[in-house]
Amino acid sequence: MFAAEPDAQRQKELVHLVRQDCGSCHGMTLKGGLGPALLPENLRDKPAEGLAATIYYGRPGTPMPPWSQFMSEAEAAWIVDKLMTHFPE
Amino acid sequence: MRLLLSLFLALLLNACATPQLRGTGDLGLIIERSTGHVTLVNTTSRQPYARISGLGDLSHASAVYSRDGRYAYIFGRDGGLTKIDLLEARIVKRIIQSGNAIGGSISQDGRIVVAQNYTPGGIKAFDADTLELLSEVPAEFAPGQFSKVVGLADTAGNKFAYALFEGGEIRVTDFSNPKQPKTQRFPAGKQPYDGLVTPDGRHFLTGLFGEDGVAMLDLWQPEKGARKILENYGRGQEKLPVFKMPHLRGWSVAQGKAYLPAIGRHEVLIVDVATWKEVGRIPVRGQPVFVMARPDGRQIWVNFAFPDNGKVDVIDTLAGQVVHRMEPGKGILHMEFAPRGENVWLSARDDNKVVIYSTETFAKVGEIPADSPSGIFFTTRAARTGF
Repeated sequence: MFAAEPDAQRQKELVHLVRQDCGSCHGMTLKGGLGPALLPENLRDKPAEGLAATIYYGRPGTPMPPWSQFMSEAEAAWIVDKLMTHFPE
Repeated sequence: MRLLLSLFLALLLNACATPQLRGTGDLGLIIERSTGHVTLVNTTSRQPYARISGLGDLSHASAVYSRDGRYAYIFGRDGGLTKIDLLEARIVKRIIQSGNAIGGSISQDGRIVVAQNYTPGGIKAFDADTLELLSEVPAEFAPGQFSKVVGLADTAGNKFAYALFEGGEIRVTDFSNPKQPKTQRFPAGKQPYDGLVTPDGRHFLTGLFGEDGVAMLDLWQPEKGARKILENYGRGQEKLPVFKMPHLRGWSVAQGKAYLPAIGRHEVLIVDVATWKEVGRIPVRGQPVFVMARPDGRQIWVNFAFPDNGKVDVIDTLAGQVVHRMEPGKGILHMEFAPRGENVWLSARDDNKVVIYSTETFAKVGEIPADSPSGIFFTTRAARTGF
């Protein structure tokens, strides 16, 4: 996670995207729904690079789509970093 | 004597009832998903009249109504089941019934409320009066393996149909003896993601995510098993990534045809409900989420998944094409028609308001402030199968 942080405005947009749109499947509070829960305790044992790749490229065979048209790989990595520690409201 | 007594009783009732009596036919509620509120609304005045707090996590919350339209049962994502009195504008009772829920239904006779759960996967039946747990049916599809439940729908005879996402089954559970439910299982296909029952209560359909097609069970002849319809509607073409699962509940039958959201495509599918064959497709401006018929069936209103969730397309069923395109707000999550369809209410999540449009002129006729509004539910649902 050495990627440059997105600026404050972009961080706000990404947080909104995760809570509202990822939230359609993962829950607005990230406790899971049709998709798995994304709280720090659920992600603890998973490698961050793999999680960022799942966001960016999707996961074939599951409903998880690729989000590459809406964010950069660095932004996907920033989201993972926040999910694994504390995701902003 | 008896006549006198009833006359006396009628007078007495009249005397007590001078404080405003009112019916519930033009009431409804708006889910405010991020703050755990619901706003109660009147579809005649097109105004809110009360707001209730303390409903927990309402992301993806939905509501069903008691037969008299007085009570709403609200199913929250956090497993909360809250019974609200629309006339007194208060919470009657609230329980946490599971860890992670996705909605619910109410039985034909109005006595049983059933919740569908992701965690632990299964359904639970509650007494509609008291919310006392009557029974539960775990969605165990193989020894020790539990599935998320999707598409729960009420059908005739206090039976409920639903599908198992991981289990790939349609199930029908009979609660005619609510403490001893009986369940039938039907193989359906890969990853059912939502379901619906036709307005007559005869057919249960579940959309498949893991393959092209829809599985259908004839509830009048369940012994025939589930069969696939609309197989290969993608015809092997690569599906677009799906940024939000379509909702089948609130679907549309109009003029003998069903209008369904195509998953992973910018299309609405038209199906002849006599033959269950595809008879057409209508291109729209995004991946449809809700495809909802105006009560008279003349129009179909369609909203879309991210990133097209600010758009709404209106199909005229006579013309067979989109006749109106609009951008009514940011993050349009849900639509609900006034009881007879002269207006439609749309929740604009990211604008923090509900906007009301005329379905005849497409002019805006009102708006109501709401905090991240999602579902809108009017009491007219009380008398409809599958709502």
